[in-house]
Amino acid sequence: MKVAYYPGCSLHGTAKEYDQSVRAVSRALGIELKEVDDWSCCGATSAHSTNFKLSIALPARNLVAAEKDALDVMVPCAACFNRFKTAEHHLKADKQLKGEVEEIIGGKYHGGIAIRNPLDIIFKDIGLDALEGKVIKPLKGLKPVSYYGCLLLRPPEICEFDDYENPVILDKILNTLGADARLWSYKTDCCGGSLTISRTDIVTKMVSKIMTMAREAGANCVVTACPVCMANLDMRAGDNVRLPVFYFTELIALALGLQGPDTWFKLHNVDPRPLMKSLALI
Amino acid sequence: MQTFLEQVNEKIDGVPLQRCYHCRKCTAGCPLAFAMEYNPNKVIRMIQMDRKKEVLNSSTIWLCASCETCITRCPNEVDIARMMDVLRQMAIESGVGAKEKNILKFHESFLSNIKMFGRINEPTMMVQYKLKSGDLFSDMGMGIDMFLKGKLSLSSPKTKDLGSVKKIFEKTKRA
Repeated sequence: MKVAYYPGCSLHGTAKEYDQSVRAVSRALGIELKEVDDWSCCGATSAHSTNFKLSIALPARNLVAAEKDALDVMVPCAACFNRFKTAEHHLKADKQLKGEVEEIIGGKYHGGIAIRNPLDIIFKDIGLDALEGKVIKPLKGLKPVSYYGCLLLRPPEICEFDDYENPVILDKILNTLGADARLWSYKTDCCGGSLTISRTDIVTKMVSKIMTMAREAGANCVVTACPVCMANLDMRAGDNVRLPVFYFTELIALALGLQGPDTWFKLHNVDPRPLMKSLALI
Repeated sequence: MQTFLEQVNEKIDGVPLQRCYHCRKCTAGCPLAFAMEYNPNKVIRMIQMDRKKEVLNSSTIWLCASCETCITRCPNEVDIARMMDVLRQMAIESGVGAKEKNILKFHESFLSNIKMFGRINEPTMMVQYKLKSGDLFSDMGMGIDMFLKGKLSLSSPKTKDLGSVKKIFEKTKRA
């Protein structure tokens, strides 16, 4: 299959291992990526917190650019995914707003392409059986908790993703890779998002609680699909509760025997290599 | 003259806040309630009681992280997350400013960085924020560590048609 690809700003910076692992996994699973031409930032929390119309127009510019390829668009960053889906929702529901936004961005929005996260593409389009067939190094001994966070799931009528109180897609993918995903009740709790810069004290409390609960569930690592969650979980947890954190695509790449995991793991703040070495996974 | 409740409802442009029957489910599930001055349910009550100044000048509206748990669980579909966006925008527009000054300064730095490059360049955005907030030294060690790992680059790719992005900011600017 072929999809348009919107990496978003984080994937060119602090989340570059997410970008590289998404590309590697896509190649291995036969998903061809065509990067959206001359994309721009989705505006994230800062736009919708301060200016509604701006928060719709910024993603709309990218949706219009993606529509030129007539391909569904893959958006790996949960924050970008949420802003794209929110913009789509408002543009489809409010004709007057759509007209205004089209004038602002200087292009027509048709609404003909689907906005998709790689988790959902791998689960629904590739399928767990096909994924399992490609596993050459089962992730034995890895006990992750899957952490979905907020922005893939809520609000459910906009995100249309998975069960919004107990999502399971990521758990199923991890178990297919041979890991033993632990049950826990914090998979959709908030990490504090962009408050991490301006109110680090609050985010440290939120993340430390999440890590404590992951430990109580018997996990030896946390897996996410969001660069903001990754940054917060990896960098803001209290010293005595930290755990290695992974992008789910890094673990797929590892299980599929692809090149890259060694280089990506070096980029993490909490070094996952001692754990992975102890499990003979690297 | 419109009451505060009417003003907020008009801007939310959805389910009116009167629909809230104060079950406090929003507050029970709010991951930031522990840090807030008034909890989300109390904010609704205060709007109904026309306590505009206190609401717009509260830390609560800035501490809301837009996790959307409240709207997801509200039995009456009151969009509290959208209400928080509206209140932040009203605080800015009415000149009250932000009780949590650094949170607004972060948003301003973030948006100004988009205007400059079309895409966020994390290191320059952080410099903009640090200069604005005066919080110069926090996270320095972490920043240096990321720089050494090659995660922070001053020259990340920019949007080529920057004019079209600037135009979006220009045309959505409030009067």
